[in-house]
Amino acid sequence: MSTSLLLLTILLIGLVAYFAGRARSLAVSGSKLATLHSLPGYHGSYVAIWAVLPAALVLAAWLIASPLYIDSSVRSALPETVRNQGAATVQLALGQVKAVATGLARLDAKEIEAVKTGSVNLRETLAAKGVALAGEGEPFMVEAAEQFNAMRGFSRWLMSAVVLLAAFAGGVYAIRNVTARFRARNQVERVMLGSLIVASSIAILTTIGIIGSMLSEAGRFFSMVSPAEFFFGTVWDPRFAAAGSEGSSGQFGLLPLLGGTLYIAFVAMAFAVPIGLFAAIYMAEYASPRLRSIAKPLLEVLAGIPTIVYGFFALVTVGPFLRDISAQLNGLLTGNYQNFIQAQSVLTAGIVMGIMLIPFVSSLSDDIITQVPRALRDGSLGLGATRSETVKKVILPAALPGIVGALLLTASRAVGETMIVVLAAGVAARMQINPFEPMTTVTVKIVHQLTGDLEFTSPQTLVAFALGITLFVITLGLNIYALYIVRKYREQYE
Amino acid sequence: MSEAAVEKALDQKMNTVPLKMIGKDVSVYYGEKRALFDVNLNIRENTVTALIGPSGCGKSTFLRTLNRMNDTIENCRVTGRITLDEDDIYDPSIDVVELRARVGMVFQKPNPFPKSIYDNVAYGPRIHGLARTKAELDEIVETSLQKAGLWNEVKDRLQEPGTGLSGGQQQRLCIARAVAVSPEVILMDEPCSALDPIATAKVEELIHELRANFTIVIVTHSMQQAARVSQRTAMFHLGNLVEENDTDKMFTNPDDQRTQDYIMGRFG
Ligand SMILES: Nc1ncnc2c1ncn2[C@@H]1O[C@H](COP(=O)(O)OP(=O)(O)O)[C@@H](O)[C@H]1O
Ligand SMILES: [Mg+2]
Repeated sequence: MSTSLLLLTILLIGLVAYFAGRARSLAVSGSKLATLHSLPGYHGSYVAIWAVLPAALVLAAWLIASPLYIDSSVRSALPETVRNQGAATVQLALGQVKAVATGLARLDAKEIEAVKTGSVNLRETLAAKGVALAGEGEPFMVEAAEQFNAMRGFSRWLMSAVVLLAAFAGGVYAIRNVTARFRARNQVERVMLGSLIVASSIAILTTIGIIGSMLSEAGRFFSMVSPAEFFFGTVWDPRFAAAGSEGSSGQFGLLPLLGGTLYIAFVAMAFAVPIGLFAAIYMAEYASPRLRSIAKPLLEVLAGIPTIVYGFFALVTVGPFLRDISAQLNGLLTGNYQNFIQAQSVLTAGIVMGIMLIPFVSSLSDDIITQVPRALRDGSLGLGATRSETVKKVILPAALPGIVGALLLTASRAVGETMIVVLAAGVAARMQINPFEPMTTVTVKIVHQLTGDLEFTSPQTLVAFALGITLFVITLGLNIYALYIVRKYREQYE
Repeated sequence: MSEAAVEKALDQKMNTVPLKMIGKDVSVYYGEKRALFDVNLNIRENTVTALIGPSGCGKSTFLRTLNRMNDTIENCRVTGRITLDEDDIYDPSIDVVELRARVGMVFQKPNPFPKSIYDNVAYGPRIHGLARTKAELDEIVETSLQKAGLWNEVKDRLQEPGTGLSGGQQQRLCIARAVAVSPEVILMDEPCSALDPIATAKVEELIHELRANFTIVIVTHSMQQAARVSQRTAMFHLGNLVEENDTDKMFTNPDDQRTQDYIMGRFG
């Protein structure tokens, strides 16, 4: 029985179990619903869970364990000579055995006999059946493949039997539990709780897994390039070396990229913070509820625009505009129509990223400003302060820690932003302070190092993981600090 | 003299007290809902006037009309005429900011700013430019805290945050903050409802003393408090002014049956 068919059968059994459980509960209640502890639906669900869940768990465990077991027993059945040649050779042989096994399944008995005696060429016979074999097959492989096929067949058969038995037994066990006072509702509740916990742990485990894989790849990078060279290097020149050529590994200095990242983020924040903050103050303190109910969602829609769209905007509009206007300005001032702002520059990237960040700043700050208790506003207004005095002297100081937290969160977005800088900042990894020149960021270089046909063995590609983990640490730090500040500030009003 | 004659003489004496604020046909609407119905109520100078009545009857609403705090409430509308020393406070030529400096307010829940004690009290004087030098400001802060009976408790920790004080101290800090701008009238909306009995007693004593320099209007849900601190009492019911009278008379021999019922605890 194939796995999907088996799964379908289990579900079918579950469905039957549901109705059986329901019917049974109705029967034991003597059609007086009030005598039941739980509604019939809960009894049905309870029985269905018992029918499906254990069987599914057995199935999953079997699917994981049996290939491991079969592989290891086939491996130990390989001839001594092969096993002595190291893990790589064994692995290769195992792969070939599996290919042969797939092929054998397509041959008829006579052909198998012919292959076994060596009277026909194994590789050609299999190729005729559409199975490509890497290298010439050896006689021992046929035997091993037969063993493999036999074990697999048996395993599959046994698995179907065990799983179906489990489904059946679970259902029967559960249905026998169904009585009027049986607390099916609580049992179902526990299963729900369990599945919620599983779901949330999957999210956490994935995160841990991602960090783990990044760390291990970054570790491989640092075994080739010393951390000091990476973290304190001032030259970024990875030099795409031909595969396999040793020595010409290039220079992997983080500082130019980090500098560019922070510089562009700074320009973006310098642009977004005043505008966003003023917008937030207007929204929270002055706008009528009607205007607010229209403008706030509109502003938040801006936050939903994919950043690649902002990237286009930078590439085709803002960049050329800045370049042309700088040429005009220069012409007016010196008569020389030479643009002093490059189309791709820190300024372009910063401005466009700033535009992207405005909704974040304003929306987060707006939430924080409206959280300032009304009593403080009234207190100030009641003393004869104007609205703007109230905002300046009472509300902003009270909201300041929260706003700082919001700005840190925004900054961490700026640091991690990729698509805008890829299109707007340029790719030149340089250390300089002129905002009109191109610079590049950590994210841009990650994209660069990972574009194309790659093998993850050279420092040129592995450096992406080191860059990634650096970025991750920076943004994580910013986020944690921001959350800490925001939370502390929340307590202040409670 | 007969008892009646004594009462009459007393009434006469009370009636000679000048009127600080006059409310004529004051009505308040929250959107479509009408919260006050043609209230005619006068506030006498250097007198404590208590506003009583079951909750939701419009006491706070009326109080807020006196310094136009209702302006800060969305879709709240006030009609009628209210004067402060003959000036119509709803006249367009009146600066509402200036009005609120003359008619200060203390709220139900103590609401010190998250600043130091000193800065809390100095807030109003700074905004209105009442002090030219640091020394003058120090002076204002000290006298205000003294008037609020808080000076001795906080004089050594003026730079500590006002939010760190106890509830009763916070409320007296708010009173000091209101006093610091030298208002003529102080409005208090249930200033003791969040305080324990001891703190309440202190604030009540303070109200007594403040009467010498300020005109005070206080909303309270406690009959005993109204009787203790006020000279005049106004009783509201369902947005109407039921009765306004001398406090002594109000609590012994009210004119209106509803007042009688309320004071006896039959409703509210
Ligand atoms: N901001 C407001 N918006 C709408 N209705 C209000 C508002 N404030 C008070 N009201 C209504 O006005 C009436 C009087 O309220 P209020 O003056 O607060 O009563 P009190 O202070 O006597 O308990 C109540 O019915 C209340 O529901
Ligand atoms: Mg009230």
